[in-house]
Amino acid sequence: MEHIDTDICIIGAGPVGLFAVFESGLLKMRCHLIDVLPQVGGQLSEIYPHKPIYDIPGYPEVTAQELVDRLMEQIAPFHPTFSLGERVETLNRHDDGSYTIQTNDNTTVHCQVVVIAGGLGCFEPRKPEIDRLIEFEGKGVAYMVKNPELFRDRKVVLAGGGDSALDWAIFLANVAERVTLVHRGDTFRGVPDSAEKVFELAREGKIDLILKSNVVALTGEGHLQEITLLDRNNEVSHIAADHLIPLFGLSPKLGPIANWGLNISFSAIEVNTRDYSTSVERIYAIGDINTYPGKLKLILCGFHEAALMAQSAFKYVYPEQKLSFKYTTVYGVTEF
Amino acid sequence: MINLTIEDRNGDRQPVEIPEGINLSLMEVLKASEYDVLATCGGMALCATCHIQVLEGPEQYFHATDNELDMLDTLPNADEHSRLACQMRVTEEMDGLVVRLK
Ligand SMILES: Cc1cc2nc3c(=O)[nH]c(=O)nc-3n(C[C@H](O)[C@H](O)[C@H](O)COP(=O)(O)OP(=O)(O)OC[C@H]3O[C@@H](n4cnc5c(N)ncnc54)[C@H](O)[C@@H]3O)c2cc1C
Ligand code: FES
Repeated sequence: MEHIDTDICIIGAGPVGLFAVFESGLLKMRCHLIDVLPQVGGQLSEIYPHKPIYDIPGYPEVTAQELVDRLMEQIAPFHPTFSLGERVETLNRHDDGSYTIQTNDNTTVHCQVVVIAGGLGCFEPRKPEIDRLIEFEGKGVAYMVKNPELFRDRKVVLAGGGDSALDWAIFLANVAERVTLVHRGDTFRGVPDSAEKVFELAREGKIDLILKSNVVALTGEGHLQEITLLDRNNEVSHIAADHLIPLFGLSPKLGPIANWGLNISFSAIEVNTRDYSTSVERIYAIGDINTYPGKLKLILCGFHEAALMAQSAFKYVYPEQKLSFKYTTVYGVTEF
Repeated sequence: MINLTIEDRNGDRQPVEIPEGINLSLMEVLKASEYDVLATCGGMALCATCHIQVLEGPEQYFHATDNELDMLDTLPNADEHSRLACQMRVTEEMDGLVVRLK
């Protein structure tokens, strides 16, 4: 269990959350970011890393992942800290107005201001319809490979036909006792190189490839032991397995933020456009997660909202000081 | 008029009539008819939140293109009749199509 003390806790490390670190950093406010995804970048890294973006000022064209990389470079001088792979669950207000935020991994963050930059919401794994799947979560079923060592010398079944299923099959072939990849189709698209490699590993007998089949049921006493498969001819078979990793991508859900008593309309948080504050003091909402008359869900608009939020949040972090507006062009980014 | 039948997630079927010559994708038609389709990526075959199944109708609509198949592979509940509604242009040839929302 980790405890962090900071000025601003930002929920969501998408482009808007990242840029909020820059705007807060200029005003000497420290930031901690939390994201349920194992990497930063939000929708840009998760949905469309290779797509070009044309509407970022100063960049006639930039790929989504490149923009995220540049944002990370831009905020590096402010030394933000991160809890990645963790979902924010609860929020507690203290008598002095500050907050403590807790994640599903029991990390706690004490802060003066909370900034929700949660975009479309939490990206959560798409779960296939498999009998007893939920029951074996944490007892053999996992939707992400956080630590490959967990699978050393174990029997691992991967399900899915996208890039991550291929990549992990290749990687775990050298780690696990046995890797089985189950896919409903008989061809793999995605990166042709990885598909070719998987077929080669199967030919060499280094992994088992089960095509035109789906995982339909799980069995075990306390921990996963066996997987039931159904093929296209409705034939049933069983394989021994210690772990099942269904890799069917992620889909966004509003998640726990919906229960925090903020004014919500159509899955978005209502804000005051003066400073993007919510109906609750010291909580701001910026980027795709907020709504107001005329809202545009664009990265550019989220950047603007981050700047106004930081100016407003200053009064809670430095109640004794008066904010005077300065330009970075005169002082540089860390010389204020 | 192009006549489609949409089966919602409760299994209820409703007819939808679309004037000929409008340049829309099936995803846009579903959204305009107020079906609950997320379509996060706005029709770029990047999010798979416009997943449908073709149940009946002209043969060619049963087969997804390679680009779609890439995306459909990331869904747990896709099958050989799965398509991304955003990748289907509404044309007169689509008349009589029956689709199910996933
Ligand atoms: C295919 C596609 C193309 C696009 N093209 C463009 C374009 O060209 N130009 C443009 O300006 N915009 C574009 N957009 C829109 C743009 O991606 C969004 O406006 C932008 O990502 C919003 O950024 P954000 O930081 O608010 O949210 P997001 O990018 O959604 O990031 C939010 C983050 O918060 C995390 N999160 C949410 N809730 C929690 C929680 N409880 N605990 C922990 N973490 C949480 C999520 O995991 C996510 O990583 C496009 C969108 C899509 C889907
Ligand atoms: S709308 Fe995103 S894939 Fe169709």
